[in-house]
Amino acid sequence: MDFWLTDDQRELQDGIRSFVHGRFPLEEIAEREETAAVIDPAKWREIGEMGVFSLRSDGFDNRSAVLAFEELGRGLVPGPLVVTHLAAGFVDGAAEGTAIVSMLEEGTGPTLVEHATQATDLVRFTDGGVERIDPSRLSFVSVRRPLDALTPVSTIAGGSTEGAPLAGADARALWLAGVVFTAALQVGTAAAAVDLATAYAMEREQFGRPIGSFQAVKHLLAEMFVKSDVARSAVHAAACALDGAAGHDPVRAASVAKVTAGDAALFCGKTGIQVHGGMGFTWEVHAQRYWKRAVVLDNNFGSADHHARLVAEMISSEAS
Amino acid sequence: MDLRYTDAEQEFRQELRAWLGSALAQVGPEPARDDWAARRDYETGWQRMLFDAGYAGVNWPAEYGGRGATPTEHLIFLEETERAGAPYVGMNFVGLLHAGPTLVVEASDEQKAAHLPGILQGEHVWCQGFSEPGAGSDLASLACRAFRDGDDYVVSGQKIWTSFAHVADYCEMLVRTDTDVPKHKGISWVIMDMTSPGIDVRPLRTMEGSTEFCEMYLDEVRIPIADRVGAENDGWRVAMTTLSFERGTAFVSEMLQTMELCRELADLAAHITRGTATAWDDAGLRRDLGRVAAELDALWALTKRNISEATRTGLVGPGGSVFKLAYTDLRHRLGEIALHLLDRASLSLDDLGELPTGQHVQGRIHGISMTIAAGTTQVQKNIIAERILGLPKEPSVGAREGVK
Repeated sequence: MDFWLTDDQRELQDGIRSFVHGRFPLEEIAEREETAAVIDPAKWREIGEMGVFSLRSDGFDNRSAVLAFEELGRGLVPGPLVVTHLAAGFVDGAAEGTAIVSMLEEGTGPTLVEHATQATDLVRFTDGGVERIDPSRLSFVSVRRPLDALTPVSTIAGGSTEGAPLAGADARALWLAGVVFTAALQVGTAAAAVDLATAYAMEREQFGRPIGSFQAVKHLLAEMFVKSDVARSAVHAAACALDGAAGHDPVRAASVAKVTAGDAALFCGKTGIQVHGGMGFTWEVHAQRYWKRAVVLDNNFGSADHHARLVAEMISSEAS
Repeated sequence: MDLRYTDAEQEFRQELRAWLGSALAQVGPEPARDDWAARRDYETGWQRMLFDAGYAGVNWPAEYGGRGATPTEHLIFLEETERAGAPYVGMNFVGLLHAGPTLVVEASDEQKAAHLPGILQGEHVWCQGFSEPGAGSDLASLACRAFRDGDDYVVSGQKIWTSFAHVADYCEMLVRTDTDVPKHKGISWVIMDMTSPGIDVRPLRTMEGSTEFCEMYLDEVRIPIADRVGAENDGWRVAMTTLSFERGTAFVSEMLQTMELCRELADLAAHITRGTATAWDDAGLRRDLGRVAAELDALWALTKRNISEATRTGLVGPGGSVFKLAYTDLRHRLGEIALHLLDRASLSLDDLGELPTGQHVQGRIHGISMTIAAGTTQVQKNIIAERILGLPKEPSVGAREGVK
């Protein structure tokens, strides 16, 4: 057992991190908020050229993929990253980043489709299957004020949502990978919120000293770090399970990752705002963006609450 | 990043499992909590069996009588002994996990020869005399005074939270050897023979009702200077070695027990009726218990990461503090779930017929100690914020002053 990053994995992580840092500065991302095109198609293609969407079809394992998705989450890179990655090999252009593939996921109220107006393709997971839906056969009405200004959502106003089975796809494996990679995005979001709040706590002074020297503040930051760090271990373990580590149930590990990473992202998001005080509640400061993305991601591939109940069923069946 | 065990690790596990199967058949039932004589026989007897089979001090270096196993093999050892229901390390805890490892790193050859075999063979029980009534989280302000007199230190003062002091043979103890220097620099680490005259041990009854903790009053106890470990006034550094051991794998067995507790609660909930349904039909309960179970799985993964880090670097990093914080918080939450589930039955520490109230209520009470013992949650948060996140320290009052 060696549950630690290899040199190759660290290199991959560094590579994606500097790509995201260089090509997706948060100031530039934020400029596209509340526009019709939150996703810059040229940049989306760059993600494809970087190999993120085709990572696994290019022979990389799930462990490599979670490292990449953590970095994309850290950078708040907008767009249906996980679904487009899952569609690579099944939907033309997904691997290259010329297609933008979003998903229909049911919930309370009308179905909200993320990035619907920019999506070139849609997929939907059904009981035991996965199908493809042509968005050009649907009409959408954009929600005027999405919670996350970088994740526009639309309702379906008309047209047929009838889909065609995605030929050759293992729906269960794709769903599990979707759960785990979303959890990886959440870990990245959580970690970035910790970094931002920590930097602020070192620089912001009140009562004549940095607020980060007060235990009332540093304890919040420590709690944020703990949640993000524990969740990262869960995501890495889930990736190992997807890669077939003996004795590790990928179904359970995926749910564990989604619970802990989802909770971590939400907690770090809201607590990061708290550490920033009044400025944290402004549009200008990025702290709010991490919490809003955390809410979006919690509602992708099953919420933390949903996955917690799945884990409960699993331990219950072990007990009896 | 690989969770798979190597062939050698799997072989280690299989051999251990086979031995446990036959060895545990010879172990009698666990004695009552407060029957100290019987507990000593039971726990040191098991230690002796481990020693004879070559499993004592699994992670200790072979040259000092240990097995010299890797951190991963040590983890496997803890996992297999717990799953097999082997006796808990119990009163051998301080010797095996605190004092022994410190002696391995810091003691002279004579001191090692005198003490390490006794710990490994279950012959000697150790206790820890660190905390004092006036020195808890601010441990370095300890005031138990040691004066030199010929070849001895003469020690007077009071210690508290000395687990197992009333059954111990030796005490690893911190004493104040200099009052004129900054508080961290006037402390020495000594070995005290518990049969020395002048030691008054009084059991301290905890809110669990048990008496494994003691207060210890020292009145001019003579400790040979030859029993000091490390240099005079260098005891703080020596003690920090010990504490980093405590935060490594110390909670592995407990955590595995807690995973089992989760399964038992799920099973219990399915058998508790609520009107026409069972408690398990409550989606809120399933969500809360499932969340705790998920976090336990995540902490198991974190443990493996910490172990892997220790294998690569030889040190337990601040990941031990991350684990302790998360795990002890979770114990509180799990305990609360249990009490909500039991509602009025939680008023009884005795089992009520079919209802296993005893272990769940006891577990809830025990959980309360865990965010306090071995460095409170608040101290752990300071460690994480300062050592990992690099935040500035709070102004420390009196750090540069001596302790009178």
